[in-house]
Amino acid sequence: MTNHTVTSTFAQRLPKTENMFIPFIMSGDPTPELTIELAYTLQESGADVLELGVPYSDPLADGPTIQQAAARAIEQGMTIQKAIQLIPEMRKRGVHIPIVLFTYCNPVLQYGMETLVKELKKNEADGLLVPDIPLEESEELKQHAEAHGIQLISLVAPNSEERIKRIAEQASGFLYCVSSLGVTGERAEMDPNISSFLEKVKHYSSVPVAVGFGISTNDQVQLMHNYSDGVIVGSKIIKIIEGEQSALLKEDTRDEGLKRVKEQITQLINY
Amino acid sequence: MSVTYPDAKGRFGDFGGKFVPETLMAPLQEIEAYLTEALQDEEFIAAFQHELKTYGGRPTAFTYANQLTESLGGAQIYLKREDLNHTGAHKLNNAIGQALLAKRMGKTKIIAETGAGQHGVASATVAAKLGLECKVFMGEKDIERQELNVFRMKLLGAEVIPVSSGSKTLKDATNEAIRHWVAHCDDEYYLIGSVVGPHPYPEMVRNFQRVIGDETKTQFDDVKGGLPNRIYACVGGGSNAIGMFYPFLGTGVELVGIEAAGRGIQSPEHAATLTKGTPGIIHGSMTYLLQDEFGQITEPYSISAGLDYPGIGPEHAYLHASKQVRYESITDDEALEAIKTLSRTEGIIPAIESAHAVAQAIKEAETMDPSETIVINVSGRGDKDMSTIMEYFEGSDGLD
Ligand SMILES: Cc1ncc(COP(=O)(O)O)c(C=O)c1O
Repeated sequence: MTNHTVTSTFAQRLPKTENMFIPFIMSGDPTPELTIELAYTLQESGADVLELGVPYSDPLADGPTIQQAAARAIEQGMTIQKAIQLIPEMRKRGVHIPIVLFTYCNPVLQYGMETLVKELKKNEADGLLVPDIPLEESEELKQHAEAHGIQLISLVAPNSEERIKRIAEQASGFLYCVSSLGVTGERAEMDPNISSFLEKVKHYSSVPVAVGFGISTNDQVQLMHNYSDGVIVGSKIIKIIEGEQSALLKEDTRDEGLKRVKEQITQLINY
Repeated sequence: MSVTYPDAKGRFGDFGGKFVPETLMAPLQEIEAYLTEALQDEEFIAAFQHELKTYGGRPTAFTYANQLTESLGGAQIYLKREDLNHTGAHKLNNAIGQALLAKRMGKTKIIAETGAGQHGVASATVAAKLGLECKVFMGEKDIERQELNVFRMKLLGAEVIPVSSGSKTLKDATNEAIRHWVAHCDDEYYLIGSVVGPHPYPEMVRNFQRVIGDETKTQFDDVKGGLPNRIYACVGGGSNAIGMFYPFLGTGVELVGIEAAGRGIQSPEHAATLTKGTPGIIHGSMTYLLQDEFGQITEPYSISAGLDYPGIGPEHAYLHASKQVRYESITDDEALEAIKTLSRTEGIIPAIESAHAVAQAIKEAETMDPSETIVINVSGRGDKDMSTIMEYFEGSDGLD
């Protein structure tokens, strides 16, 4: 690790480094206020890290569920700046787990790399995940992130092969393992070779290793806990929220809606 | 001047690169490895040239536009006739090259994106010829607009996959093709249609299209001697333009790329990426694109489906920034007027895309000296556009 001019809060805020649950939500879907409430509900349901999505017009790594959530959020006027501004509100609401901003590269470039990491720090975020900046293109962003105490989360995939070592060795925060080739979205079955892939990743990684893409059932969660330090769940969370959307949007049924979100998530991650 | 771009990272100066999810890095590296090896293999090069000649119809003609030249009274105008390629456009050159590479890699299926359907048709054609399965991703809006080409692709045995995400046009068809490819790259090859996308696509497509410029150089030298003063080509993603320009870089020939100004670059409805766009990432590449202040990609507009793209190949972004190529833009109206002019003076009906180059050349030729020479790349023929052209001129009544 290089000398930090600003210390990272990621490790301090992280409740545990085993059996982690890392949910993804889309900022502004269905509304900015509910994003804050949902963040709190997820923490109360057992989340260890929150992945906060910035909606993007052309999300190359995402399947239909997250694409549609992004489209709804853009429709609501959500932007990268507004998403960052939700974070202090979440902290006020009692969210104390690490928050990682998930955004595609183009909004980062328009915002400015250094401005972004400064703003993240100022607004009490802990990490940044940019799915379309592979290792080879990440140097500049990584330097800015390190200088401002923001953990840049790396991704590694089953076909990364000899890149696994290089990616894992420089990983910070946690290492995001893509479960199988393809885009985000629920999958009926997990890749049968996943255990050997994860074993290899764990061998080289000095940070916790979490698996994501397609995890949508309790069986899959349990299976992944055997091989990794945690699970990342995106599309399934979006679906659960979608299912409760009408309850969430009405003042008098909101609490019940949030309660049912919590129940479904508890069932999903229970082991 | 020696042109050494792209560098090892796939960069043309500040542009290009590989801004893709980790899952795509392996398939891109696989293509790069096979491509490097293929381009050093004389047999591969010979097979490519053989198909270009015996199947595609190359070399394409080089025509002196005597009546157009005389009517304008300025520079002498020559036409590079990519409209005479099999399937009617330069797109075939690239489709042949990449499909041969796909076969060499042991892939049995190709996938492609298409807007107007020209690249889809070229891919379906080559797939049929080489015995590959073919899937073409096409936005639902474009499927409606380009019924004829959809049928052509199906007739050729390809599967056309409607894309309903985003704005349901070329940009989204490209997204969907990439998303599909990530999950199926073990037996599928993604045959991209222009000099766009992550490295090594922009360089590869340039290499398969540079035959346009190489032939032009020889043909011009044969009929006139030396080099022309200026060369014009339209720019969508930029493949016909790079193919034409690349062999002329650093020779002193003035190169002019023409973007689509749609209803005017002062209106929001245009596809003038270099004229009006800003740097950013689209489809895995750092380049110029049309976007809002928060980095959301915005919808372009042009009457020409082949130019209706919010990005541009990264090498063009570099050639623009380094001022090696001059980029201009032409409106729908100017392009349609040029179709009429070229049809009536030379008996050649160009594609609406190509007509953008014709229109700019006409503007400038008038102001040039009769001793000067220009070449226009006629990237495709207008048959595919007949219903759009008819609609524009409101049946034959509006023609005169
Ligand atoms: C005839 C013709 N010219 C030009 C283009 C634009 O593509 P590019 O800029 O890659 O040559 C197209 C695309 O469909 C086309 O069909």
